[in-house]
This record gives sequence, structure tokens and C-alpha cells, in this order.
Amino acid sequence: MSEEAETLQELADRKYKYGFVSDIESDYAPKGLNEDIVRFISAKKNEPDWLLDYRLDAFRRWLKMEEPHWAKLNYPKIDFQDAYYYAAPKNDSDKPKTLDDVDPELLKVYAKLGIPLNEQEALAGVQQRKIAVDAVFDSVSVVTTFKEELSKVGVIFCPISEAVKDHPELVKKYLGSVVPSTDNYYATLNAAVFSEGSFVYIPEGVRCPMELSTYFRINAAKSGQFERTLIIADKGSYVSYLEGCTAPQRDENQLHAAVVELVAHDDAEIKYSTVQNWYPGDENGKGGIYNFVTKRGDCRGARSKISWTQVETGSSITWKYPSCILRGDNSVGEFYSIAIANNAQQADTGTKMLHLGKNTSSRIVSKGISAGRAQNTYRGLVSVHAKADGARNFTQCDSLLLGDKCGAHTVPYIQSRNPKAILEHEATTSKISDDQLFYCLSRGIPTEEAVALIVNGFCREVLQQLPMEFAVEAQKLVGISLEGSVG
Amino acid sequence: MLEINDLHVKVGEKEILKGLNLKVPAGEVHAIMGPNGAGKSTTSYTLAGRAGYDVTSGSINFGGEEIIGLSPEERAAKGIFLAFQYPIEIPGVSTLNFLKTAINAQARLRGEKELDAAQFLRLVRATAKELNVSEDMLKRPLNVGFSGGEKKRNETLQMALLKPKLCILDEMDSGLDIDALKLVSEGVNKLRSPERSFLVITHYQRLLDYIVPDVIHILSGGKIVLSGDKTLALQLEQNGYDAVINKAA
Repeated sequence: MSEEAETLQELADRKYKYGFVSDIESDYAPKGLNEDIVRFISAKKNEPDWLLDYRLDAFRRWLKMEEPHWAKLNYPKIDFQDAYYYAAPKNDSDKPKTLDDVDPELLKVYAKLGIPLNEQEALAGVQQRKIAVDAVFDSVSVVTTFKEELSKVGVIFCPISEAVKDHPELVKKYLGSVVPSTDNYYATLNAAVFSEGSFVYIPEGVRCPMELSTYFRINAAKSGQFERTLIIADKGSYVSYLEGCTAPQRDENQLHAAVVELVAHDDAEIKYSTVQNWYPGDENGKGGIYNFVTKRGDCRGARSKISWTQVETGSSITWKYPSCILRGDNSVGEFYSIAIANNAQQADTGTKMLHLGKNTSSRIVSKGISAGRAQNTYRGLVSVHAKADGARNFTQCDSLLLGDKCGAHTVPYIQSRNPKAILEHEATTSKISDDQLFYCLSRGIPTEEAVALIVNGFCREVLQQLPMEFAVEAQKLVGISLEGSVG
Repeated sequence: MLEINDLHVKVGEKEILKGLNLKVPAGEVHAIMGPNGAGKSTTSYTLAGRAGYDVTSGSINFGGEEIIGLSPEERAAKGIFLAFQYPIEIPGVSTLNFLKTAINAQARLRGEKELDAAQFLRLVRATAKELNVSEDMLKRPLNVGFSGGEKKRNETLQMALLKPKLCILDEMDSGLDIDALKLVSEGVNKLRSPERSFLVITHYQRLLDYIVPDVIHILSGGKIVLSGDKTLALQLEQNGYDAVINKAA
């Protein structure tokens, strides 16, 4: 190993910035998982019978399912009985509520995380665009901002538990329509015990006037978070949605098993961006979030478009394949991904592009960065149905290795039943060269900054896809995530 | 400005510099010429502080201060600039972004105020114009797909913006045709000043027609074997390294 690489390795560990624990008194469900817990969660949310039945049905299926082990991930067996499936701040009275009703202690948490919950403050910044936020703390939504302003144009943006009460017809129609409760082990578990997430409905022809975002925070110890998000873009509408996540630094692993469903009707477009910064565990791999996530978008209508952009820097285990079902003719699916795995992190992430309609096209750009002893796998499927005449896909998978103890793996599956489909796949693997590093150093740029600069350059194509407010944050995060064990 | 005394440098197990002595006063342009393997690149990398170039004995005094043991970025902040023989490509990082990062990193290291975006852009645009660097080049990823001439003009631009006290030009003429060489040399000559020294490292005499040195040193076998004025280059050109070095020995 070169001396420059050694210098890299010597760089001190920067602690995870969001690792603090907030002293918020919580209500828990009894520990463990059984039908009573499922009923407990449903009762806490005052759910109608149809939803309780949906949960129970999923739970019974889940009991018979096997945990998947095909991913390139190594972790001890998860004890699903050794966790709390519901945790909520005690002072959090029942909805609906405004900022004034929120426990000031909770507001302090969000201030510390830098999440703008105060609408006035959010407006104060002149050049800052408005962002509506749904703040989910453990198993409940704390507050959702700009709801009224959004409702003026018919946009529904609220916690999913509230949508179940206020818009049951929409929830009933769409919940599980993209990711059925039978889909996979973690999605089925989620269907049984999901607690909170966001619900978005954009009516026909409406361009959502601001960015929508949900900020997920796990705080309670030994608790899992089972986010459920449902976004529907009706004909000709547009929405850009952002998702952020953090968790305290703890020695034990915590489970986050989310399901996100997107539905785009004719001519609608959904842009979904994630900056995932769950606690990644320490440099020896102790602690961290197990992130088992099913995200899928259904381009149900003609000329619809769904674009996933993800910046995955956190979690000790990431198992996540945001996908697009290209059902409508001329629909478009995109997946832009940056996955960074450092220290002992393991990421197995990618996408599925299922071409069903005619002239459907998809684009996959994946940038994987491995450092420390991390293992980073891109796993993707491009599938073209026999009737999908004119289907096109372009896939580009680039891996960057920092040091000689990490691994990068690319597992692309391509299935085409249509002889006229055009599929392209490009892949590269590279390292930061000593020359590049020395060039930066010789210009006065210190090692950490140089690595961040080079890696950000490597990720540029994906970073450009993020909404501006997030892009700046994400660039910084890329640098911070790599501090420590590069080498 | 720069004073090197009895410098011994190892690369791996091999000693490359074996007692190098060199003195470059402020404002002067010194050229180091020498055959392949004489230690020319080792000299430039050692001065810039590259890892893997181990100083086993001797001293390098820069501006009255010993710099052995300082990191490359510290040396850069103190005013040492190395123009690379083959400038390095950094995909996805625009030249502008790189320049801003470098200027502000040096300012931070020196405890000075960083430039904001507007100040930086004004400065870069003015300097780029003077050195025939196009706006387009500033926006492209650093050195990626640049022609030989563009790469070297980019090095000159960096030099002009970072305002070093000592510029080391490592084989500046590599990969340049005669027109490009003229253009780059013009840029370098604009940067000559009484406070700034140059160390021009080259294999061929032709560069010295454009960047005219005050003193020429001949490096061979890891030390300076002969020093003289600019006519020394012509002797080399006529008689070859062997003859001149043998005569000196």
C-alpha cells in the first residue's frame, strides 16, 4: 500500500453527527411480535376493521415465510421477538395538531437535526424554496407542515394513519396495489406492523407547488421502524418528494423495514429522492440500522415517469431495490444511486426495471463507493416483456474502491423476451489513484477534502439529479461518510 | 528563496539523489537539465513533498524555513507550486470547482479569509482571460479530454491564481507542439517577478529558448555536476550530455 493510502487510513474517525439520543418519554407496545401486537398497533391508530384484517392476513402469511438470503450480506440471525414494534412519544396527544401542540422537547430534536418545522422560519429565507415536512418520530408523525397551503390546490400531504381516517377510499384503493402484502418477507412484515409514513395525493393536472419531504427519526432503543409511504400522482400531475433518515448511535442493531409505493397515472411524474443516513454502526461494525426496504413505483399510465434518486450513506446493512413497473406505453423509469459503504458497512442495493408497455424506456446510473472493510453490491434486473416493443434501457454501474480491504460487486440480471429491445450495460471499477491524490495535495487541498472532492466528482451525475437544497447537503455527507477509514 | 544542502533521497530502496546542492535566489529562473534517470523528477517531487520520496539526509530551506517533514499541502500553502509533466485528470470535478477548493484550502491553511463565490469568479475570469484559457475549459472536468496545450495552460492558470513564491516546472514542454509551447511559455513569462523564483526542469534545450534562465544546472547521478549561464544549454545541444558531463568530471 502506498504511503498516501496509509495517510488516508490514519485519518481519525469523525463521529456520526446525528447519533445523539433524545430523552423523550415513550409509550411502547409490549416487546415482541404476535397477533396481539398487530392488534395493539391497529388499535393505537384507531384503524377500521378492513385495515386490521389486512394486517392480520399479512402477519399470518409472514409467519410462514422464509427470510431471504440471496443478497451478499452477512449478519447474525435477527431475533424478531427482541424488539419493540411500536414506540411513540408520550406527550404526543392525538391528531390533528399544529406546531403549537407539539412537545417542545420534540421540536428541539428537529432543530438539532436541522429540519425546518416552523413554517414562518421556513419562509424567512428569501432564496430558499418552500419545503413541506412530515416529521416521523419512531412510530408516529409529530407534525406535518404547510398542509393548509397544499390543500388549497388539492394536494393531500399527511401521515398515512391520518389518511386512513380522512381519505379511506384512496388508501383502500392504492395501499398494497404496487407492493402487495405477499411481496416479500420484509414487505409482508411491514404490512402487518407498519406504523407511520407519509401519504401524498396530487390531483389531476396539479404541479405540486413545493417540495414535499418526510423526515424519519428512530429514537427509542430496541425499537424497529416500519415506515409506510404511499404517493399517488393523478393524470398530468407532478411532485418531487424527498426523504431523509437518521438514528441515534447505539450498540445494538435496529430494524428499519419500509415499504414505499408510488403510482403515476397518465402523463404524471414522480421524482423521489432519498438521503439515507441511518446510524451506520461503529468502525468495528457494532450497532447500526438494518435497512430492509421495498420501494416500488408503478408507471400505471401512458407517458408517466418515475425517477428514483438515492444517496445511501448510512445503515450497517442495506437491502434496497427501488424499482419501476413500466406498465403504461411510453412510460419512463429512472434510477440514480450513490451507495457509500465504509468501515464494516454492507450494502446490497440496485433496482428493477420491468418493461411491460410499448416504447418504455429506463435509465440506471449507479455509483458505488467502498471503503474500509465494506462490501458494496449493485444488484439489478432489467426485464422486457414480450409485448414491450421499442423498450430501451441504458445501465451504467461504476464502482470506486478506496483502499484494498473493501469489495465492490456488480450483479446485473437482464431478461428480454422481446427481440427488438435495445439494452445497454456499461460498468467500470476504479480506485482513487495516488497521482490524483498527490495532485490535489500539491495544490494545498488536504487529504480528506481531496478524497471528498474526487468522490463527489465520481458521483456528479447522480448528485445533479437531487433537488438543489439536498444536493449541497448530500455533497457534504459524501465527504463525511468517507472520513475515517479510507485507505 | 530556496537552498538545498547535501540532499540524499531514496525511492524505495534505491538512492536517487546523492548529495544535491542548489541555491535559487528570489526572482531568478534556474533550469535543471540532465539525462534520463539523473533524478530530475525526484527533485521536483521531493520539493513538493510527495510521499514515497524519503529524505535520508540533508536540508531544504525555503524562505528561511526547513520544509523537510512538512506535508505537500503545507508546502503549497507556503508558496511552493509544482507544475506537473503530465497533469492529472479528475473526472466530474470542474476546473472551476477544483480551483476554488485549492485557493480556499490554501487560504485556510494560512489563516486567511476564504473567497466567496463572486470574488472567486471575478478573479478567475480575469486571470483566465489574460492566459488565454477559455470559459469552456473552466467548466469542463479538470484535465479530462484536454489537449496537451490545454493541460499546460491550465497548470499556468493554477500557478497564476495560487500566487506561489517558487514555481517548479517539471518537463513543461512534454506533449507540446511548438505553437503550444510558445503560448504556455508566454503565460509563464507573464508570471515572472522579483519576488518569484522558478525552477525549470527539462531534458531539452528548446524550452529554454522561450523561458530564458539566469542559471543552468546539470544534474547527473543524483547531484549537480555543473552550473553555468544560459550558454551551457547550447553546449549540451551541440555536444550531448555525456561529453559535457565527462568534461566537468
